[in-house]
Amino acid sequence: MSEKPKRPMRPDPIPRIDSQFFWDACKRGELVVQKCEPCDKLWHPPRALCPMCHSSEKTEEKLSGKGTVLSWCRQIRPASFLFAESPWVILVELDEGVRLLSNLEGEEAPEFGMRVKVDFAETSGGKAVPVFRSEA
Amino acid sequence: MTSESQKACIVGIGQTEFSKNSGRSEQQLAAEAILAACQDAGVSPHDIDGMTTFAIDNSDEIDVMRSLGCRDINYTTRLPQGGAASVATLVHAKNAVESGMCDYFVIWRAMNERSQYRFGQPKIDLSPDAHSSTFMEWCFPFGAQTPAAWEAMSCGYYMNKYGITSEDLGQISVIFRKAAATNPNAFFYEKPITLQDHQESRWIVEPWFRLLDCCQESDGGCAILITTKERAKDLKQMPVTLIGAEYSMLFNHEIISDFYEGDLLNNDLALRATEKLINACGMAPKDTNIAMIYDNFTPQVLRQLEGFGYCGLGEAKDYVADGHLDLDGKTPLSPNGGLIGEAYIHGINNITEGVRQMRGTAANQIKDAQTAFIGSGVAGAIIGRG
Repeated sequence: MSEKPKRPMRPDPIPRIDSQFFWDACKRGELVVQKCEPCDKLWHPPRALCPMCHSSEKTEEKLSGKGTVLSWCRQIRPASFLFAESPWVILVELDEGVRLLSNLEGEEAPEFGMRVKVDFAETSGGKAVPVFRSEA
Repeated sequence: MTSESQKACIVGIGQTEFSKNSGRSEQQLAAEAILAACQDAGVSPHDIDGMTTFAIDNSDEIDVMRSLGCRDINYTTRLPQGGAASVATLVHAKNAVESGMCDYFVIWRAMNERSQYRFGQPKIDLSPDAHSSTFMEWCFPFGAQTPAAWEAMSCGYYMNKYGITSEDLGQISVIFRKAAATNPNAFFYEKPITLQDHQESRWIVEPWFRLLDCCQESDGGCAILITTKERAKDLKQMPVTLIGAEYSMLFNHEIISDFYEGDLLNNDLALRATEKLINACGMAPKDTNIAMIYDNFTPQVLRQLEGFGYCGLGEAKDYVADGHLDLDGKTPLSPNGGLIGEAYIHGINNITEGVRQMRGTAANQIKDAQTAFIGSGVAGAIIGRG
């Protein structure tokens, strides 16, 4: 008798119209951010209009997935809710210039200036979120 | 130019007791605090004609009117940004009375954020659209789910850059608790701490915040009544003048998950609010006698000391170590014990303390204090005697 594979313990992303494209891309294994078509600027978190040229022509830009750790912490009390164990939370500045909050996975503890590369983690509801691993 | 008689003054302050279990509704706490502020001033609550609170306060304007019998309101508004905008309530109050739009304007904040819910804990029912910030949508799925975790993400970079240690933060907590220990209204009355207590307190967010770096979760309410200098003449208290009150929201900056913009070192929001304040009233926060600085978490005190111009970038740690914030220092820090020592009424209890200091009636009265600065992240105000 085959057992159903156990889902990992990790909260699902929170669905929202303006950012659905981001989470859909994660499910495909791609890290994308909002790009303004007329002015080429990248924005994260996503927003309704380009704040510079006010165009609503939004597309998505696939990123290299490489970046640098700017800051980090671990939530101890209360422990991170819906996780088996509180993860390392990192603020990543991606090489394309946008910043994103995520997790550092793997054996290594985060460090300032650490080079990281994106990976994707499955959530308990079968969705996906970007996480990072040390590039070294 | 506002005439002298039309200038905004704080004429009443009111508060409930500060506890961990008020035993009554948030609406009752709000009404009691407002009533106390009106009685302090000698104004009937029926005459209140303008009001403001935080966007996230659970009491409704109509409910406040229903309980207090306010007859006719000309102006209400609610502020985003939580406690960071607590001092911005004074901007609205000042504009409302100086423009002639309102005669008696009240500010309130009341909550059971310890007994009814836990302000410092993850809220899974919070909408990602709520409260004009992105902390739910872009932080929650990654396990950064509390105010302490969001604040730590923006402070960690700063602390690392300037070599700020947990002991440096502990010194700030010791200052707050020392003041609270001699303030009978403080939750931590007669409970000072040592640096060792701080160092032995458990991690809340590793490796930045220990328990004693965090403000409390409190039940209670505070209210402030503002009118013009002309009307103040007929009231019970010596008026406390709102010399200046300014507010700054800047592009792409968030409330507490504020790490998408800027260099994560300069406190852009406080710097801009300070620039506006100096332009508006010709005084700087450091020119005043008391520093009421919003203290949700200890590193925020350092970043605001720099942002509000008490010292340069990266110098706040030494400014504290040099004793300037002690009760007998150059710019004593929150003599009520701040939000860490007195209570967390979301910053409004720092305004009421500023007023008591100007009246000369505070528990830890700073001798000869003529002016005080009250700062909360994105807003700053200077108040003065008479």
